[in-house]
Amino acid sequence: MELPELSQDELLRYSRHLILPEVGEEGQRRLKAARVLCVGAGGLGSPLALYLAAAGVGTLGLVDFDVVDASNLQRQILHSTNDIGRRKLDSAAEKLQALNPDLNLVKHDTKLSSANALDILKDYDIVADGTDNFPTRYLVNDACVLLGKPNVYGSIFRFEGQASVFAARDGPCYRCVYPEPPPPKLVPSCAEGGVLGVLPGLVGVIQATETVKLILGKGTTLAGRLLLVDALNMRFREVRLRKNPDCQICGAHPAFTQLIDYQQFCGIAPSIQEEIRIMNGVPQLTAAEVKRRMDAGEDLFILDVREPFEYQIANIGGTLIPLGQIPHRLHEIDREREIVVYCKFGARSQRAAEFLRQSGYSKVSNLAGGIMAWSNEVDPSLPRY
Amino acid sequence: MSVLQLTRAVYDAIRAHGEETYPRECCGALLGTPAADGWRIEASVKARNTRTDSARNRYSIAPAELVKIEREARGRGLSIGGFYHSHPDHPAEWSQADLAEAHWIGCSYVIVAVALGKAAAIHSFLLAGNAEEDKRFVAERIEILESQETQFESK
Repeated sequence: MELPELSQDELLRYSRHLILPEVGEEGQRRLKAARVLCVGAGGLGSPLALYLAAAGVGTLGLVDFDVVDASNLQRQILHSTNDIGRRKLDSAAEKLQALNPDLNLVKHDTKLSSANALDILKDYDIVADGTDNFPTRYLVNDACVLLGKPNVYGSIFRFEGQASVFAARDGPCYRCVYPEPPPPKLVPSCAEGGVLGVLPGLVGVIQATETVKLILGKGTTLAGRLLLVDALNMRFREVRLRKNPDCQICGAHPAFTQLIDYQQFCGIAPSIQEEIRIMNGVPQLTAAEVKRRMDAGEDLFILDVREPFEYQIANIGGTLIPLGQIPHRLHEIDREREIVVYCKFGARSQRAAEFLRQSGYSKVSNLAGGIMAWSNEVDPSLPRY
Repeated sequence: MSVLQLTRAVYDAIRAHGEETYPRECCGALLGTPAADGWRIEASVKARNTRTDSARNRYSIAPAELVKIEREARGRGLSIGGFYHSHPDHPAEWSQADLAEAHWIGCSYVIVAVALGKAAAIHSFLLAGNAEEDKRFVAERIEILESQETQFESK
C-alpha cells in the first residue's frame, strides 16, 4: 500500500514524532494511513480517541449510541458540562476535530451488535475496545478474530485496570483467557461498583500506546501478556497468556465461525419478564410487582442496602442499612415479615438477600434492576444517578 | 542472600499440598508484604495446575485464576510475593522449564521435593534481574516464622 504524503503543516505538527527513529516520516505516514475503530466514547474511549487524534491517526471511527450524563464527567474527558444531554458522538467529534482538523472522523451512532459488527469493523485496521460490558467485549473479540484484526483491550473497575492486545496474529484472544463470562450480575458494573475517575485515563492511554505501536510495527506489544494495573498501590504486573488450542473462536477447531447472541451467551435476558425468577434461591421481583404489592397494603419490609448518599439522592421509602453493615444490624430486620431488598441496580441487594437467607431469613426477595428499574417502570420522577 | 520469610502455617501448607497432589505437581501463590531483604509471606493460595498434558513435571496457573488471586490478595492488603510448586520424585532445584515459565521478577519461587508421596527438601529462589532477557534464579534462605497464619483456597 502506498502511504500518503505529509503536508508542510503536518511536518511541523508532528515534528516531535518525526525526529524519533522509531517513528520518522514513514511512521507518521503510516499513522496517517491508519484506520482505527474505537468502540465506546466513554471513560476509555476518551483518552484513546484524544491521543490517537493528536498522534495523527488518519481515520478514527467511533461507535457509541449514548448521551452525555453528568455522572460521566468525572472520567470521560471528551465531554464537558455543557455537553450534558448531547449525543456522545457529537460531543466527541467537536473536541477531536478541534484538536486535529485533519482527522477523518467516522461516527457510528449505533449499538454494536452481532448484526452490524462485522460490517462496521471490516473497514478498520485495528479495533480498540473501550466497552463497559461483557456481551460487547465478547462480541468485539469474536468479530476481531473472525476478521483477523487486532483487538486492543482495556477494562477498568474501581481501582483496577487490565490491558492487552488480543487476536493479533498467532496471539491469544480474550476468550483464550476468559472462555466464559462471569454469571450475570455477579460482577458489578462501574455504575454499580464505582471507578476511580483517572483510572480510565491510565488504561486508555496504554491502549492508545499499543495502538500506535501496532500501526508503526515497532516495539513489543502486550500481545500474549495481560497487564494488571493496581492504581491504589500503583503497581503494574503482567500475566503471561497462551493461545488456547481449544479456544471456541480462535482454536484449531472453533465451536462457531460466526457471531452469536452475546446477550444470551452472557446470561442477560432482554427483559425482566424473561429473566430467571429465582436467583441463588432468592425470588426476583419486578419494580411494578413490588409497587402493586405495596399499594395493596401488603406487609413488606423494604430494605435499602445502598450508601446514605445514594439514599439522599433517591429512595422509595425503605429502611436504610448499607450492605456492609447488615451482618451487624440483623436485629433491626424483622425475621417474621416478608423482606424486599433493593439497591441501585439489584446486585448489592442480591448479595444482601443471599446473606439474609443464609442467616435464617426465609421470606426474602430482591427488587430486580433496583431503584433504577423503579425509576424506569414505576416512577419516572425518581432521580436517576 | 535474600531471605524468604514463611509462617509455619504456610510452610506446612506448601508441603501438605505437594503430598496431596502427588504424583502430580501442585502449584500455588504466596501472598505477603515486602520485607527489608525479601518477602514476608503470610498466606498461601492453592491454584489448579492447568498442565494436564504433563502434570508430573510441569505446572501452570490459568491467567484468569492468577488475576483472581491478585485481586483477593489486594483485598487483604497483601501482594503476590511468590509462587510455589512441587517436584514429585525430583530434587527441590529449579529446572530450565521453571525459569522459562517464571515471569514475576522480584518474586520468590519455592520448590518442594516430594519423594514417594512425602514432602522432603524445600528451597526458594528469587527471580532476579531486570527483564526477561536477563532474569535468573538466585537461591535464597527460607526463614520460618512461628506465628499464627491463614491459608485459603482460590475459589
